[in-house]
Amino acid sequence: MRKIRELRVGLATCGVAAGAERVYEALQHEVETAGLRLPIKRVGCLGMCYNEPLVEVVHADGRIDRYGHVKPEDAPRIVSGRAVKDLEVDSERFLSRQVRIVLENCGRIDPESIDEYRANDGYRALEKALREMTPDAVIAEITASGLRGRGGGGFPTGMKWSLAAKEKGPKKYMICNGDEGDPGAFMDRSVLEGDPHRVLEGMVIAAYAIGASEGYLYVRAEYPLAIARLVSSIRDARAAGLLGDHILGTDFSFDLHIKAGAGAFVCGEETALIASIEGRRGMPRRRPPYPSSSGLWGKPTCINNVETLANVPWILRHGAAKFAALGTEKSKGTKVFALAGKIANSGLIEIPMGMSIHDIVFDIGGGIQEGGELKAVQMGGPSGGCLPASLADTPVDYEALKATGAIVGSGGMIILDQETCMVDVARFFLDFTQKESCGKCTFCRIGTKRMLEILERICAGEGTKEDVGRLVDLGEKIKANSLCGLGQTAPNPVLTTAKYFADEYAAHIEGRACPARVCKALLSYRIDPATCKNCGLCARQCPASAIADGDGAQVIDEVVCVKCGRCRQVCPFGAVLVLTGKVSE
Amino acid sequence: MEACFPAAKATRKAWDQIPRRPESIIPLLQSVQEEQGYLSEEGIAQVAAHAHSAASAVYGVATFYSQFRLRRPGLHTLRVCEGTACHVLGSEEVMETLKELLGVEVGETTPDGVFTLESVRCLGCCSLAPAVMVDNETHGRVGRKEIAAILKRYRKDAR
Repeated sequence: MRKIRELRVGLATCGVAAGAERVYEALQHEVETAGLRLPIKRVGCLGMCYNEPLVEVVHADGRIDRYGHVKPEDAPRIVSGRAVKDLEVDSERFLSRQVRIVLENCGRIDPESIDEYRANDGYRALEKALREMTPDAVIAEITASGLRGRGGGGFPTGMKWSLAAKEKGPKKYMICNGDEGDPGAFMDRSVLEGDPHRVLEGMVIAAYAIGASEGYLYVRAEYPLAIARLVSSIRDARAAGLLGDHILGTDFSFDLHIKAGAGAFVCGEETALIASIEGRRGMPRRRPPYPSSSGLWGKPTCINNVETLANVPWILRHGAAKFAALGTEKSKGTKVFALAGKIANSGLIEIPMGMSIHDIVFDIGGGIQEGGELKAVQMGGPSGGCLPASLADTPVDYEALKATGAIVGSGGMIILDQETCMVDVARFFLDFTQKESCGKCTFCRIGTKRMLEILERICAGEGTKEDVGRLVDLGEKIKANSLCGLGQTAPNPVLTTAKYFADEYAAHIEGRACPARVCKALLSYRIDPATCKNCGLCARQCPASAIADGDGAQVIDEVVCVKCGRCRQVCPFGAVLVLTGKVSE
Repeated sequence: MEACFPAAKATRKAWDQIPRRPESIIPLLQSVQEEQGYLSEEGIAQVAAHAHSAASAVYGVATFYSQFRLRRPGLHTLRVCEGTACHVLGSEEVMETLKELLGVEVGETTPDGVFTLESVRCLGCCSLAPAVMVDNETHGRVGRKEIAAILKRYRKDAR
């Protein structure tokens, strides 16, 4: 009989959505009926989202078997270890090139158990800081590590802390920004769900370094599981003397509150986030004064992103030098990315800075879905840009990526293939930023609206030759004349696609064609009479009743057709053609 | 007002813990919406009174954030994720299908009061794109078939 130490079931939001809760129950039932004493651990996200629900079997000798796409009825096989070959997943390629600092514990420990976090060196960095280091020494260590803000800005963390530390107290605030608003990004969610104590520990250390006595954790309301885990973690940390008065018996006291955000992308901006905590509309204000001198309720305030803070305990435990040994000259350590879109292995990864985009997509991500071709990588969400496949050798490095027009960003990495229309992607992001603009600055409020209108016109096949020039001109002006990061970066998706995919804009405008066959107004559906077997399946599925019997083949009435594409999906013979442009194929 | 607003008592009891300051406006609004599913005029007035703020300021906050709604929703709320990953993997089709099957536009409620259709910017489960959230339950990789099954299940439960 083989010896199993424990079973682990990934129960982060993505796992739960894939049905992991039912798998967990089935395993529990199976273990109970078999009379085994086998711990089944509820863990966070291991990052292999493409295999969810995911179950790990940890053997007594430390060996781990991973099973993917597990269904409740697979429970007996997994517990007995018989006939499980078809469930096994090959994780070697996905995991071997990753370096896990922030995600060290994610998917390994029970996020709701403070004891398990402590058994894995948790809160040791806090102990070290409070007992052996002065606040200045903590700041010096973080400065030496070269850690930069992981929320997208890339501002040196040590410098941010020292600015806040220099301010006079007595009242200072420490804020953790967990308002992960980028569509296509879920790094912070995974860390908060999978290893909440790490974020708390990082926050308490930061508070000690700058001399803050009170803190706020600002988390998106759309992340109910993350909030629930933080609430229980804070309670446990308080009970263990790791939060509250006289932490670990020292003179340092710090306590924190959770604020659930209410849905506003702009609240990722520091001053807007502060306004939101104060109970107001989340609108940014002019800086200076910077929050480090006048932040929450006018008091000195330091704001760090979730991932930034999650790096801190590791740096103090292992030393700045070990952290700085990873990465490039100016970008140290690791970065967590959420890989999604047309990628084979979507999920959450952590790589050393300096790895090329190509290696991330093809080595870790397993390439493009269904044998597609890499067209572009969208990084940094609405504030970021699209990097074309020809620049895939660019390393993940703040400066190198900035030079291309894209940014490292908070970590969203959306992989696009030949079926993605770049003009449509630009329109998508502008639609987002235009709606999320708080309305304070004219250029952002009205400029993004005008840009969106131009993009919509191009997608509708009504673009004019001057439109691209207008977009670039407007984009530059919005960047120059907006108060906060939202407006200053909103044109980036348009500017980068206009730069790298100029031919696609030209095809839309001059050829009235959407090469990726996405923009509906530029498409027409036709049935190839030579291939059509006249089975009528398409006609029965057509929601617009646009298909009728023709002469031995089905015929689409283009006036009635709503271009939903369902006929093409259901046709077993591939007889439905999608045509685009003035010159039909 | 008490009689036509039975939930108010419970709300006010839970509110004893919440400081009577403007900074409490967002948590107070969240608690009203949690209980009633939306923000009624009375709810906004109560929040303003508790937080010692003007009702207009509370209304300003309520309309700024996308979480809050001022109309009573249906029994179940469908939120179609329109994040980037979902967008490139067909969230538009999901939305069109739902509009067609439910016969409503975004923000509207079906005449039988069972479903409200909404869109959300990103649910953060991009690897399961396209995704739809029904109340607090997330459904991943939804196609036409899955959507029909989801609607059927919740309709049945609603009876």
